[in-house]
Amino acid sequence: MSLKTELPKIFTVNRVVDEAKGHKSIFLSGALDCKPGQFVMVWIPEVEEKPMAVSEAGPEEFGFCYHTLGPFTQACDKLKPGDKIGIRGPYGNGFSVREHALVVGGGVGMSSVSALIDALKDPLIINGARDKEHLLYLERFKGKNMALCTDDGSFGKKGFATDALREVLSAHPEIRVVYTCGPELMMKKVVDLCNERKIDCEASVERYMKCGFGICGNCLINDRIICTEGPVFSGLRLAEMSEFGQSARLKTGRKVPLSEYYGWRA
Amino acid sequence: MLSATLCGVSLDNPTILASGILGVSKLGVARMGREGAGAVTLKSLCHEERKGHPAPNMFVIDDGMLNAVGLPGQGIDNAVKEFGRLDDLPVPVIGSIFGYKIADFGIVAEKMASLKPAMIEVDVSCPHMDYDTPFYADSSALAKITKLVKKKAKGIPVSLKLSPNVPNIAELAQSCEKAGADCITAINTASAMKIDIEVRKPILGNKVGGLSGPALKPIAVRCVYEIFGAVKIPIIGTGGVSDGKDAIEMIMAGATAVGIGTAAYYRGPEVFRRVTDEMKAWMKEHGVSALDEIRGAAYK
Repeated sequence: MSLKTELPKIFTVNRVVDEAKGHKSIFLSGALDCKPGQFVMVWIPEVEEKPMAVSEAGPEEFGFCYHTLGPFTQACDKLKPGDKIGIRGPYGNGFSVREHALVVGGGVGMSSVSALIDALKDPLIINGARDKEHLLYLERFKGKNMALCTDDGSFGKKGFATDALREVLSAHPEIRVVYTCGPELMMKKVVDLCNERKIDCEASVERYMKCGFGICGNCLINDRIICTEGPVFSGLRLAEMSEFGQSARLKTGRKVPLSEYYGWRA
Repeated sequence: MLSATLCGVSLDNPTILASGILGVSKLGVARMGREGAGAVTLKSLCHEERKGHPAPNMFVIDDGMLNAVGLPGQGIDNAVKEFGRLDDLPVPVIGSIFGYKIADFGIVAEKMASLKPAMIEVDVSCPHMDYDTPFYADSSALAKITKLVKKKAKGIPVSLKLSPNVPNIAELAQSCEKAGADCITAINTASAMKIDIEVRKPILGNKVGGLSGPALKPIAVRCVYEIFGAVKIPIIGTGGVSDGKDAIEMIMAGATAVGIGTAAYYRGPEVFRRVTDEMKAWMKEHGVSALDEIRGAAYK
């Protein structure tokens, strides 16, 4: 039996980027060998440790993007070039990378599919947010085939990403796979629509987790371990997971409706 | 070949999912049964809902794991609502309980007993839990807790989970036995710390945590051996068991059943089937047909 370690490795903050209202990216110096859709555990010493999707990974730096909500992300807001933070991972299975792809991202979920977009060949993209100020990556993905939509119609099409999905699927029968990350109710609709139309689909789900390596049990959806067997699941697998789109566990392990879970996460 | 009886509970094999690992939900428990666990211990519950310690909660060092999860849990009342009962699962379930004060253990035990688990395990030994007093090192407190839980358990067998962070684990096990304990679970994690030398700080959010995994195994084997020599009640030998040979070693030290926790990280949830296959292979090779033939073999 070969032993491995899962200790935080210390990296230096290289740059901080304002991405959209309330959203920033932290880029760390150094390379991280990871696949699109994988995540890392980010440790700010003397603050906390949280899972974050790797939003960009290059030969000299990698980064994650976050939406400022609670004490941890407020601590992220204080990070500046030269600060040292710990990284464990990467963890999780990641997305497959296939041709004729459509990527549907909602809100900060765009950051979980953005490394995938970098890896895909000419993907179609649907990028949705609550309003113009919250749309991510308008510059980064300029020149890509990206449909924008906002809940309030302040930019792009008015409506939800799922409305745009119907239109794009109808206009592009060549689409073979749909990748998605965003609010779980949005993903549930994407998954249901893809399953109905027999289009392959992969969704990256989120649950509160403590270890990242399949031990703590807090992230289970039904009997699936999200951190090691996910966070990316096929649409067909998700259709078998009755808790998907329904319930999640708080930090205490108590199972609550998804609305209460999101209320706590916010 | 591997079937075992623990406090009257029939186990298909002696591997038991240790408390604190994956045993949060009924669906999770059922899955561990399908993965081959002989029994499954729930994550510990107390009289109230708890968030646990700030993260980092756990990570892996060279030859073991450090954790200070801090006994988060939904609390026994929410668990009673969620689970309804525990005797309708396809695998025997051990309900793990704890409290802050001695009286709490009785309250939680009574509610846990209403779920009809196969056994109740009493966690008095978490190395990073701020119990009212350090019960784990106090034989009279352990005896009081044992008597109280036994009274409330309504005939369900009770195991006391002991700490290695004491000078006299065998004596403490004897106190539990005298007070009516049906079983001893040995051991909980060893009190430990890891400092990151770049940032010059302990990594765990709670600073101090518990060491599990291969580095803990020699300590666990020694504790089980000492307890085996001191009591007649069975022992669930827990601490660093990762493969079939580790399990055989634990049984030779005197264990009736073998807890597996951290190894679910090293070898995945399928660890139970892998360990039991390895145990069978070892037994065939050595002409051993039942675990009774080797139990306590080291203690002669």
